[in-house]
Amino acid sequence: MSRRARGALFGAATVVLAVVLVSAVAELPRPSAPPPRSAKLSTSVSLHERHGTDTVAGVTFDLRGFDTLGEELILFVAAIGSAVLLRAQRDPELLERAAHAADERRPRTASALRALGALLVAPMLVLGGYIVTHGHLTPGGGFQGGVMLAGTLLLVYAAGQMAALERMHPQALVELADALGAAAFALVAVGGLVFASAALANFLALGVAGHFLSGGTIFVLEVSVGVEVTGAIALVLNELLDQTLIREG
Amino acid sequence: MTALQDVVLVVVALAGTATVTVREPLRQAVVAGFFGLALSVLFFVFGAPDVALSEIVVAAVAVPLMVLLALAKIAETDVDEEDDGA
Repeated sequence: MSRRARGALFGAATVVLAVVLVSAVAELPRPSAPPPRSAKLSTSVSLHERHGTDTVAGVTFDLRGFDTLGEELILFVAAIGSAVLLRAQRDPELLERAAHAADERRPRTASALRALGALLVAPMLVLGGYIVTHGHLTPGGGFQGGVMLAGTLLLVYAAGQMAALERMHPQALVELADALGAAAFALVAVGGLVFASAALANFLALGVAGHFLSGGTIFVLEVSVGVEVTGAIALVLNELLDQTLIREG
Repeated sequence: MTALQDVVLVVVALAGTATVTVREPLRQAVVAGFFGLALSVLFFVFGAPDVALSEIVVAAVAVPLMVLLALAKIAETDVDEEDDGA
Protein backbone atom coordinates (compact mmCIF):
# COMPACT_ATOMS: atom_id res chain seq x y z
CA MET A 1 0.00 0.00 0.00
CA SER A 2 1.40 3.38 -0.92
CA ARG A 3 2.20 5.96 1.73
CA ARG A 4 -0.60 8.15 0.49
CA ALA A 5 -3.23 5.41 0.57
CA ARG A 6 -2.15 4.49 4.09
CA GLY A 7 -2.44 8.14 5.14
CA ALA A 8 -5.94 8.40 3.65
CA LEU A 9 -7.01 5.16 5.37
CA PHE A 10 -5.58 6.38 8.67
CA GLY A 11 -7.32 9.75 8.34
CA ALA A 12 -10.71 8.22 7.53
CA ALA A 13 -10.42 5.67 10.35
CA THR A 14 -9.40 8.37 12.84
CA VAL A 15 -12.37 10.56 11.91
CA VAL A 16 -14.80 7.63 12.32
CA LEU A 17 -13.22 6.64 15.64
CA ALA A 18 -13.30 10.23 16.90
CA VAL A 19 -17.00 10.64 16.03
CA VAL A 20 -17.90 7.33 17.70
CA LEU A 21 -15.86 8.09 20.82
CA VAL A 22 -17.16 11.62 21.24
CA SER A 23 -20.78 10.54 20.81
CA ALA A 24 -20.22 7.64 23.25
CA VAL A 25 -18.74 9.93 25.91
CA ALA A 26 -21.56 12.45 25.37
CA GLU A 27 -24.08 9.65 26.02
CA LEU A 28 -22.48 8.63 29.33
CA PRO A 29 -24.93 8.87 32.23
CA ARG A 30 -24.51 12.02 34.35
CA PRO A 31 -23.15 11.45 37.86
CA SER A 32 -26.43 12.86 39.17
CA ALA A 33 -28.57 10.47 37.10
CA PRO A 34 -30.35 7.63 38.92
CA PRO A 35 -28.44 4.32 38.60
CA PRO A 36 -29.77 1.90 35.97
CA ARG A 37 -31.93 -1.02 37.08
CA SER A 38 -29.16 -3.58 36.58
CA ALA A 39 -26.90 -1.66 38.96
CA LYS A 40 -29.55 -1.59 41.70
CA LEU A 41 -30.36 -5.27 41.19
CA SER A 42 -26.78 -6.51 41.28
CA THR A 43 -26.00 -4.39 44.34
CA SER A 44 -29.09 -5.70 46.09
CA VAL A 45 -28.24 -9.33 45.19
CA SER A 46 -24.61 -8.96 46.33
CA LEU A 47 -25.55 -7.33 49.60
CA HIS A 48 -28.65 -9.31 50.61
CA GLU A 49 -28.01 -12.73 49.15
CA ARG A 50 -24.21 -12.89 49.54
CA HIS A 51 -23.53 -10.35 52.31
CA GLY A 52 -20.71 -8.78 50.26
CA THR A 53 -20.28 -5.02 50.16
CA ASP A 54 -18.28 -4.92 46.90
CA THR A 55 -20.82 -5.38 44.13
CA VAL A 56 -18.15 -6.07 41.52
CA ALA A 57 -16.91 -9.06 43.55
CA GLY A 58 -20.51 -10.20 43.90
CA VAL A 59 -20.94 -10.08 40.12
CA THR A 60 -17.62 -11.75 39.24
CA PHE A 61 -17.81 -14.54 41.80
CA ASP A 62 -21.53 -15.13 42.07
CA LEU A 63 -23.67 -13.87 39.18
CA ARG A 64 -21.04 -14.79 36.58
CA GLY A 65 -18.86 -17.03 38.71
CA PHE A 66 -18.66 -19.72 36.04
CA ASP A 67 -17.17 -17.23 33.56
CA THR A 68 -14.57 -16.32 36.16
CA LEU A 69 -13.68 -20.00 36.57
CA GLY A 70 -13.03 -20.11 32.80
CA GLU A 71 -10.87 -16.98 33.02
CA GLU A 72 -8.83 -18.48 35.85
CA LEU A 73 -8.23 -21.63 33.84
CA ILE A 74 -7.21 -19.53 30.80
CA LEU A 75 -4.56 -17.77 32.91
CA PHE A 76 -3.46 -21.09 34.41
CA VAL A 77 -3.08 -22.75 31.01
CA ALA A 78 -1.36 -19.69 29.51
CA ALA A 79 1.24 -19.61 32.30
CA ILE A 80 1.89 -23.36 32.09
CA GLY A 81 2.06 -23.13 28.29
CA SER A 82 4.65 -20.36 28.27
CA ALA A 83 6.70 -22.22 30.90
CA VAL A 84 6.65 -25.43 28.84
CA LEU A 85 7.60 -23.60 25.64
CA LEU A 86 10.41 -21.55 27.17
CA ARG A 87 11.85 -24.42 29.19
CA ALA A 88 12.12 -26.83 26.26
CA GLN A 89 15.75 -25.96 25.55
CA ARG A 90 16.83 -24.95 29.02
CA ASP A 91 19.48 -26.63 31.12
CA PRO A 92 19.18 -25.93 34.88
CA GLU A 93 22.96 -25.93 35.43
CA LEU A 94 23.55 -23.60 32.51
CA LEU A 95 20.87 -21.30 33.92
CA GLU A 96 22.45 -21.23 37.37
CA ARG A 97 25.85 -20.38 35.89
CA ALA A 98 24.25 -17.71 33.72
CA ALA A 99 22.48 -16.20 36.73
CA HIS A 100 25.68 -16.00 38.75
CA ALA A 101 27.65 -14.69 35.78
CA ALA A 102 25.00 -12.02 35.21
CA ASP A 103 25.16 -11.12 38.90
CA GLU A 104 28.92 -10.69 38.78
CA ARG A 105 29.11 -8.98 35.42
CA ARG A 106 26.36 -6.54 36.16
CA PRO A 107 27.59 -3.19 37.41
CA ARG A 108 26.81 -3.06 41.11
CA THR A 109 23.36 -1.71 41.65
CA ALA A 110 23.48 1.66 43.38
CA SER A 111 23.04 1.21 47.13
CA ALA A 112 20.20 3.74 47.13
CA LEU A 113 18.28 1.59 44.63
CA ARG A 114 19.01 -1.58 46.61
CA ALA A 115 17.87 0.08 49.82
CA LEU A 116 14.71 1.43 48.19
CA GLY A 117 13.91 -1.97 46.69
CA ALA A 118 14.46 -3.75 50.00
CA LEU A 119 12.42 -1.09 51.77
CA LEU A 120 9.49 -1.46 49.37
CA VAL A 121 9.27 -5.26 49.50
CA ALA A 122 7.54 -5.53 52.89
CA PRO A 123 4.93 -2.76 52.31
CA MET A 124 4.17 -4.22 48.85
CA LEU A 125 3.61 -7.67 50.39
CA VAL A 126 1.29 -6.23 53.03
CA LEU A 127 -0.65 -4.12 50.52
CA GLY A 128 -0.96 -7.06 48.08
CA GLY A 129 -2.15 -9.32 50.87
CA TYR A 130 -4.64 -6.69 52.03
CA ILE A 131 -6.08 -6.23 48.54
CA VAL A 132 -6.39 -10.00 48.03
CA THR A 133 -8.16 -10.60 51.35
CA HIS A 134 -10.53 -7.62 51.21
CA GLY A 135 -11.93 -8.17 47.73
CA HIS A 136 -15.42 -8.93 49.07
CA LEU A 137 -15.49 -5.71 51.13
CA THR A 138 -13.75 -3.03 49.07
CA PRO A 139 -12.63 -2.56 45.45
CA GLY A 140 -9.80 -4.85 44.49
CA GLY A 141 -9.50 -8.56 44.94
CA GLY A 142 -7.56 -11.65 44.01
CA PHE A 143 -6.41 -10.53 40.58
CA GLN A 144 -5.23 -7.05 41.51
CA GLY A 145 -3.55 -8.16 44.72
CA GLY A 146 -2.04 -11.21 43.01
CA VAL A 147 -0.29 -9.14 40.35
CA MET A 148 1.09 -6.89 43.11
CA LEU A 149 2.46 -9.90 44.99
CA ALA A 150 4.04 -11.25 41.81
CA GLY A 151 5.53 -7.83 41.12
CA THR A 152 7.11 -7.89 44.58
CA LEU A 153 9.12 -10.97 43.59
CA LEU A 154 10.53 -9.01 40.68
CA LEU A 155 11.24 -6.10 42.99
CA VAL A 156 13.66 -8.41 44.81
CA TYR A 157 15.43 -8.91 41.49
CA ALA A 158 15.42 -5.20 40.70
CA ALA A 159 17.05 -4.57 44.08
CA GLY A 160 19.94 -6.68 42.81
CA GLN A 161 19.36 -9.81 44.86
CA MET A 162 19.31 -12.28 41.98
CA ALA A 163 21.56 -14.74 43.83
CA ALA A 164 19.31 -14.54 46.88
CA LEU A 165 16.29 -15.13 44.67
CA GLU A 166 17.96 -18.18 43.11
CA ARG A 167 18.84 -19.60 46.51
CA MET A 168 15.25 -19.27 47.63
CA HIS A 169 14.22 -21.27 44.56
CA PRO A 170 10.84 -19.66 44.18
CA GLN A 171 10.22 -21.63 40.98
CA ALA A 172 8.75 -24.67 42.77
CA LEU A 173 6.77 -22.42 45.12
CA VAL A 174 5.46 -20.33 42.23
CA GLU A 175 4.31 -23.39 40.29
CA LEU A 176 2.67 -24.79 43.41
CA ALA A 177 0.80 -21.49 44.00
CA ASP A 178 -0.41 -21.42 40.39
CA ALA A 179 -1.72 -24.99 40.56
CA LEU A 180 -3.15 -24.74 44.10
CA GLY A 181 -5.07 -21.54 43.35
CA ALA A 182 -6.64 -22.95 40.20
CA ALA A 183 -7.47 -26.24 41.97
CA ALA A 184 -9.04 -24.39 44.92
CA PHE A 185 -11.32 -22.39 42.61
CA ALA A 186 -12.40 -25.55 40.79
CA LEU A 187 -12.98 -27.35 44.10
CA VAL A 188 -15.20 -24.52 45.40
CA ALA A 189 -17.18 -24.79 42.14
CA VAL A 190 -17.59 -28.55 42.69
CA GLY A 191 -18.39 -27.88 46.36
CA GLY A 192 -21.41 -25.88 45.22
CA LEU A 193 -22.60 -28.94 43.28
CA VAL A 194 -22.08 -31.26 46.26
CA PHE A 195 -23.23 -29.15 49.22
CA ALA A 196 -25.70 -26.77 47.55
CA SER A 197 -27.85 -26.56 44.45
CA ALA A 198 -25.44 -25.78 41.63
CA ALA A 199 -21.80 -25.25 40.67
CA LEU A 200 -20.37 -22.25 42.58
CA ALA A 201 -23.53 -21.88 44.67
CA ASN A 202 -22.67 -20.67 48.16
CA PHE A 203 -22.28 -23.42 50.79
CA LEU A 204 -20.50 -21.50 53.56
CA ALA A 205 -21.83 -19.29 56.33
CA LEU A 206 -22.50 -15.79 54.96
CA GLY A 207 -21.52 -13.85 58.07
CA VAL A 208 -22.40 -10.21 58.71
CA ALA A 209 -22.08 -7.91 55.69
CA GLY A 210 -19.05 -5.67 56.13
CA HIS A 211 -17.22 -8.01 58.49
CA PHE A 212 -13.88 -9.50 57.44
CA LEU A 213 -15.18 -13.08 57.42
CA SER A 214 -18.29 -12.63 55.30
CA GLY A 215 -19.53 -13.27 51.80
CA GLY A 216 -19.35 -17.08 52.08
CA THR A 217 -17.52 -18.64 49.15
CA ILE A 218 -16.72 -15.22 47.62
CA PHE A 219 -13.99 -14.73 50.21
CA VAL A 220 -12.51 -18.20 49.55
CA LEU A 221 -12.65 -17.62 45.79
CA GLU A 222 -10.93 -14.21 46.08
CA VAL A 223 -8.07 -15.73 48.05
CA SER A 224 -7.68 -18.70 45.69
CA VAL A 225 -7.65 -16.33 42.70
CA GLY A 226 -5.01 -14.25 44.51
CA VAL A 227 -2.80 -17.30 45.05
CA GLU A 228 -3.26 -18.46 41.48
CA VAL A 229 -2.61 -15.06 39.86
CA THR A 230 0.49 -14.55 42.03
CA GLY A 231 1.80 -17.91 40.84
CA ALA A 232 0.86 -17.46 37.18
CA ILE A 233 2.27 -13.94 36.72
CA ALA A 234 5.41 -14.75 38.71
CA LEU A 235 5.88 -17.92 36.65
CA VAL A 236 5.65 -16.06 33.33
CA LEU A 237 7.95 -13.25 34.52
CA ASN A 238 10.43 -15.79 35.92
CA GLU A 239 10.55 -17.70 32.64
CA LEU A 240 11.12 -14.48 30.66
CA LEU A 241 13.82 -13.44 33.14
CA ASP A 242 15.58 -16.82 32.79
CA GLN A 243 15.55 -16.42 29.01
CA THR A 244 17.16 -13.00 29.34
CA LEU A 245 19.87 -14.38 31.63
CA ILE A 246 20.72 -17.29 29.32
CA ARG A 247 20.98 -14.90 26.41
CA GLU A 248 23.35 -12.67 28.36
CA GLY A 249 25.41 -15.54 29.77
CA MET B 1 -19.68 15.83 33.51
CA THR B 2 -17.47 17.40 36.16
CA ALA B 3 -14.39 19.50 35.42
CA LEU B 4 -12.19 16.76 36.89
CA GLN B 5 -13.53 14.26 34.38
CA ASP B 6 -12.84 16.70 31.54
CA VAL B 7 -9.28 17.24 32.69
CA VAL B 8 -8.59 13.51 33.02
CA LEU B 9 -10.03 12.83 29.55
CA VAL B 10 -7.64 15.41 28.07
CA VAL B 11 -4.70 13.92 29.99
CA VAL B 12 -5.57 10.44 28.68
CA ALA B 13 -5.76 11.78 25.12
CA LEU B 14 -2.35 13.45 25.48
CA ALA B 15 -0.75 10.38 27.08
CA GLY B 16 -2.20 8.12 24.37
CA THR B 17 -0.82 10.37 21.63
CA ALA B 18 2.55 10.47 23.39
CA THR B 19 2.64 6.66 23.54
CA VAL B 20 2.17 6.48 19.77
CA THR B 21 4.66 9.24 18.93
CA VAL B 22 7.50 7.78 21.00
CA ARG B 23 9.19 5.40 18.57
CA GLU B 24 11.90 3.87 20.72
CA PRO B 25 10.51 0.65 22.32
CA LEU B 26 12.28 1.07 25.66
CA ARG B 27 10.94 4.59 26.18
CA GLN B 28 7.59 3.52 24.78
CA ALA B 29 7.24 0.88 27.51
CA VAL B 30 7.67 3.56 30.17
CA VAL B 31 5.36 6.07 28.44
CA ALA B 32 2.75 3.34 27.98
CA GLY B 33 2.95 2.74 31.74
CA PHE B 34 2.13 6.40 32.34
CA PHE B 35 -0.73 6.13 29.84
CA GLY B 36 -2.05 3.19 31.87
CA LEU B 37 -1.84 5.23 35.08
CA ALA B 38 -3.77 8.08 33.42
CA LEU B 39 -6.38 5.56 32.28
CA SER B 40 -6.73 4.19 35.80
CA VAL B 41 -7.33 7.72 37.12
CA LEU B 42 -9.98 8.08 34.40
CA PHE B 43 -11.72 4.88 35.52
CA PHE B 44 -11.59 6.03 39.13
CA VAL B 45 -13.02 9.46 38.34
CA PHE B 46 -15.83 7.85 36.36
CA GLY B 47 -16.74 5.70 39.35
CA ALA B 48 -15.10 2.34 38.59
CA PRO B 49 -12.45 1.82 41.31
CA ASP B 50 -12.31 -1.94 40.73
CA VAL B 51 -11.40 -1.49 37.08
CA ALA B 52 -8.95 1.27 38.03
CA LEU B 53 -7.07 -1.12 40.33
CA SER B 54 -6.90 -3.79 37.62
CA GLU B 55 -5.68 -1.18 35.15
CA ILE B 56 -2.93 -0.04 37.52
CA VAL B 57 -1.53 -3.51 38.09
CA VAL B 58 -1.78 -4.57 34.45
CA ALA B 59 -0.58 -1.36 32.80
CA ALA B 60 1.99 -0.24 35.36
CA VAL B 61 3.33 -3.60 36.59
CA ALA B 62 2.65 -6.61 34.39
CA VAL B 63 2.88 -5.22 30.84
CA PRO B 64 5.98 -2.97 31.25
CA LEU B 65 7.82 -5.81 33.04
CA MET B 66 7.08 -8.28 30.26
CA VAL B 67 7.96 -5.77 27.55
CA LEU B 68 11.24 -4.82 29.29
CA LEU B 69 12.21 -8.48 29.71
CA ALA B 70 11.39 -9.19 26.07
CA LEU B 71 13.44 -6.15 24.98
CA ALA B 72 16.39 -7.30 27.09
CA LYS B 73 16.15 -10.69 25.43
CA ILE B 74 16.08 -9.41 21.85
CA ALA B 75 18.60 -6.60 22.40
CA GLU B 76 21.61 -8.73 21.41
CA THR B 77 19.77 -10.46 18.56
CA ASP B 78 19.04 -7.04 17.12
CA VAL B 79 22.71 -6.05 17.11
CA ASP B 80 23.70 -9.34 15.43
CA GLU B 81 21.19 -8.85 12.64
CA GLU B 82 22.31 -5.29 12.01
CA ASP B 83 25.89 -6.52 11.71
CA ASP B 84 24.80 -9.16 9.19
CA GLY B 85 22.99 -6.58 7.12
CA ALA B 86 25.94 -4.23 6.97
